[in-house]
Amino acid sequence: MIKEYQTVEQVAGPLLFVKDVPNSAYNELVEIILPNGERVKGQVLDTSKGMAVVQVFGATTGIDVPTTRVRFLGETLRLGVSEDMLGRAFTGLGEPRDKGPAVIAEEKLDISGVAINPYSRAQPNEFIQTGISVIDGMNTLVRGQKLPIFSGAGLPHNELAVQIARQATVLGQEGAFAVVFAAMGITYEEAYFFMKSFEKSGALDRTVLFLNLADDPSVERLITPRMALTTAEYLAFNKDMHVLVILTDMTNYAEALREIASARNEVPGRRGYPGYMYTDLSTIYERAGRIKGRNGSVTQFPILSMPGDDKTHPIPDLTGYITEGQLILDRGLHRKNIYPPFDVLQSLSRLMNLGIGKGKTREDHRGVADQLYAAYAEGKDLRALSAVVGEEALGERDKKYLKFADEFERRFIQQGFEENRSIEQTLEIAWDLFSIVPETELKRVKREYIEKHLKKKQ
Amino acid sequence: MGVINRISGPVVTASGMSGAKMYDVLKVGNAGLIGEIIRLNGDHAVVQVYEDTSGIRPGEPVENTGLALSVELGPGLLKSIMDGIARPLDKLQEKSGAFIGRGVTVNTLDRKKKWEFKAAAKKGDKVSGGDVLGTVQETDTIEHRILVPPNVSGKIEMIESGRYTVEDVVCTVKGGSETHELKLMQKWEVRKRRPYAEKMPPNILLSTGQRVVDTFFPIAKGGTACIPGPFGSGKTVTQQSLAKWSDAHIVVYIGCGERGNEMTEVLTEFPELQDPRTKKPLMERTVLIANTSNMPVAAREASIYTGVTIAEYYRDMGYDVALMADSTSRWAEAMREIGGRLEEMPGEEGYPAYLGRRLAEFYERAGRVICLGRDGKHGSITMIGAVSPPGGDISEPVSQNTLRVTKVFLALDAPLAYRRHFPAIHWLRSYSLYLESLNGWYAKEAAEDFVHNRNEAMKLLQKEAELQEVVQLVGPDALPETEQAVLGTARMLREDFLQQSAYVDYDMYTPIKKQYLMLKTILHMHSRIIETINAGVPYKEILKRQKMYEMIARMKEIKPDSGMDDRFSEVMKGVDNEMQALRKAIQQ
Repeated sequence: MIKEYQTVEQVAGPLLFVKDVPNSAYNELVEIILPNGERVKGQVLDTSKGMAVVQVFGATTGIDVPTTRVRFLGETLRLGVSEDMLGRAFTGLGEPRDKGPAVIAEEKLDISGVAINPYSRAQPNEFIQTGISVIDGMNTLVRGQKLPIFSGAGLPHNELAVQIARQATVLGQEGAFAVVFAAMGITYEEAYFFMKSFEKSGALDRTVLFLNLADDPSVERLITPRMALTTAEYLAFNKDMHVLVILTDMTNYAEALREIASARNEVPGRRGYPGYMYTDLSTIYERAGRIKGRNGSVTQFPILSMPGDDKTHPIPDLTGYITEGQLILDRGLHRKNIYPPFDVLQSLSRLMNLGIGKGKTREDHRGVADQLYAAYAEGKDLRALSAVVGEEALGERDKKYLKFADEFERRFIQQGFEENRSIEQTLEIAWDLFSIVPETELKRVKREYIEKHLKKKQ
Repeated sequence: MGVINRISGPVVTASGMSGAKMYDVLKVGNAGLIGEIIRLNGDHAVVQVYEDTSGIRPGEPVENTGLALSVELGPGLLKSIMDGIARPLDKLQEKSGAFIGRGVTVNTLDRKKKWEFKAAAKKGDKVSGGDVLGTVQETDTIEHRILVPPNVSGKIEMIESGRYTVEDVVCTVKGGSETHELKLMQKWEVRKRRPYAEKMPPNILLSTGQRVVDTFFPIAKGGTACIPGPFGSGKTVTQQSLAKWSDAHIVVYIGCGERGNEMTEVLTEFPELQDPRTKKPLMERTVLIANTSNMPVAAREASIYTGVTIAEYYRDMGYDVALMADSTSRWAEAMREIGGRLEEMPGEEGYPAYLGRRLAEFYERAGRVICLGRDGKHGSITMIGAVSPPGGDISEPVSQNTLRVTKVFLALDAPLAYRRHFPAIHWLRSYSLYLESLNGWYAKEAAEDFVHNRNEAMKLLQKEAELQEVVQLVGPDALPETEQAVLGTARMLREDFLQQSAYVDYDMYTPIKKQYLMLKTILHMHSRIIETINAGVPYKEILKRQKMYEMIARMKEIKPDSGMDDRFSEVMKGVDNEMQALRKAIQQ
């Protein structure tokens, strides 16, 4: 039932206070008709007898108090979804952005999504080979995982996301991933890079793009990832596809959240972000996974830039508490011209153990990964020490570790943008590196694997 | 019957609520969403709603059930997984599919299932709260004791063994003019603690099989512990290891605002893992409460209370219960979020002013007690709470308020985690206030010199930290040989004792006796090394005896069976022989 009111009382930032509204529903969708006939969408944030607070998706430019009309549409925000969305580009609010026709919806879905019953989830345990050694070897990704990339301004996170989207496969299974790409507040140039890259790798016709660019209204950014995830869930759980969702840049999303919170005069939490940001982010990130009895999966790659490269900033901090690990990029390595510049020691995949080992990757995988971590950490510590006391003051063992750390960065971390390494190749590089340090130092790997893999190198 | 006035996220205001009491449970709106009264003002009530309020309008009805949020207690709790307000998730799936629908009501306990009740009391017995009426075999390992509810006493008029559902009357008790009909099930308000006869000092170790915990930072049965740490430092893995291997009879695991896939992991793993003591699946003794981060925030607030009430119920039967809360920070944030919606004056960092009180009240529900009832059963609740401080900085209010009330502090350290030293519990920053009270237990159950050895090892680790500062300036070779040996031994302690893999079968669980032998062997080797250096053998020569170090590193793999003592003696003998050979070589 659609009702129209011309009773705007106050406009404050992106918020519209409409009086004499008897009973609008919480989260109800509204349409605002400006004096010049232009139409903007909005959503009810707070409702009581006689007053509705509406959050406007878009610019409030042109809204006035006496003549602006507000239509309450009687339903919550929904997205019409269909398989035909593949290969298309949409705005941040889900309207076609390319010149193609409107999508004929097979189903209209509420975009805020509903929590998956933990009991109904299937355990994510299928190894995704990304062809990137640091990910496959040490921070293994599995289908249904959410693994963000923590980056910083000027670091090659976009290249990395493109490379992952292009190379990701599940061993022994045909069919590439469908990609749902949500851009929030990124520049046209960046969006263009993604589109071109998808086109070049032939992925564009299995990609759905939702683009909210830097000059689009910031409030829209709160909707964009939800549009994308609703589409992804539909493709995964209704159409049996394996979907890779790339969300970039989550920092812009959080900024938009802060903007709304401050417009509502809410009590701010850390650095002005609202106290419910954890809950809000979780309603995005938790929309990944697998469901028992359904074939598809949603795997998430959110990208966020850490303000000031600070991992403890609320955005990366809260993200890290929700996602199943994180891949962190390091400016130091980037300066050394190493691509991809992973901060290996701080990166982590929490679901790694479920996707590796005998029958999935290789029996020695866990031990090899642990040993790489331990040895590289030792090498890096010694680097700091040798900077103080000089390399000459170090013992034989320590010098070997220094060499290990250098070689590890040069041969294991470093690889080409087009280079797609198999998991076997990745593990073999690791064993090559192990021959640098004394064999007795290899405490993390089982004796039998040392016999099997290291001996043949000597 | 009231009417909705205002909706703002999970907070709903209703009028026409005269007669309502604080914390009454309500059905809100046409959809019948479950909510709870958290503020009263005249006939206006402020309600926190446990489900998503999208689409609800002012003017819709509010129905008061007249009851406070309660949980059903009885056979069938074990092996189940439920949400924050005790709705079993498998039943929710049956009703609303893979995604959790709204306004779904399901009972915690199965109403159709029949249980074999064996009466232990008989007609004419005088009973009061806490007395055992009879038993039900709930799982293969746990005998569920049916107790007289705390507020009931009198003379048994009828009691009969047989097969019953949880709603059938199995016993009637006449007390004064009242006749109580007792069933296998009872209800209890979650925000009210269940009574006990007396608290006792915590002087028994909760054995967890984790070396760094049991040996260095022990948790006593009935004690409280907190695990703060930044993300990625292994809070959840540590919590899960404790849930898996601690020698409690019952484990209540509350996933409070955490990851959905993690709960799935617990659900898949626990039925497959074996309890090392009973050889039965761990799930047989476990109750899981899963309110993931994207499930409604008000139910997250309630999940902690639901969990602790269930824990108290099993404690009252005389069991040792371990309660894991992962993470209490999410619980505090739920309070903050609801407080914010109520426009309460915030305290520190936006948290409500009553944060400290609520945390203290929660941890105070732990303890080792003499239960109600004439047989004087002993039961305990040990609480282990994870804390997720923003940025890993524990100066924030949740960590600080938790540290004030908990007795064991397991400090998770990010740098340790980065180098994959797990569990990443920092040996110098952590503490346990139960060390003293457990001394007697160690001497009796492990070995006379257990405490002595632990103190020696701790001294070495502290010495290492001091020496490291010197090394940072002058390099390791500038130290005297005996101090280099201290560094070497401390490294062994770290790598071969403190580090423990949660994923390798032989290492995930170490009984206390084996912990003792491992530590003793390392210390034995250390004193031999010092002797040998003093006899004139250069430390470099000792380091060349790699075989000896390898034997130490492989101690983890020794099976903890009856042959264990001999195997460790062999290792020590091996060390002695190597050292003797070194001395001989130098004398020639």
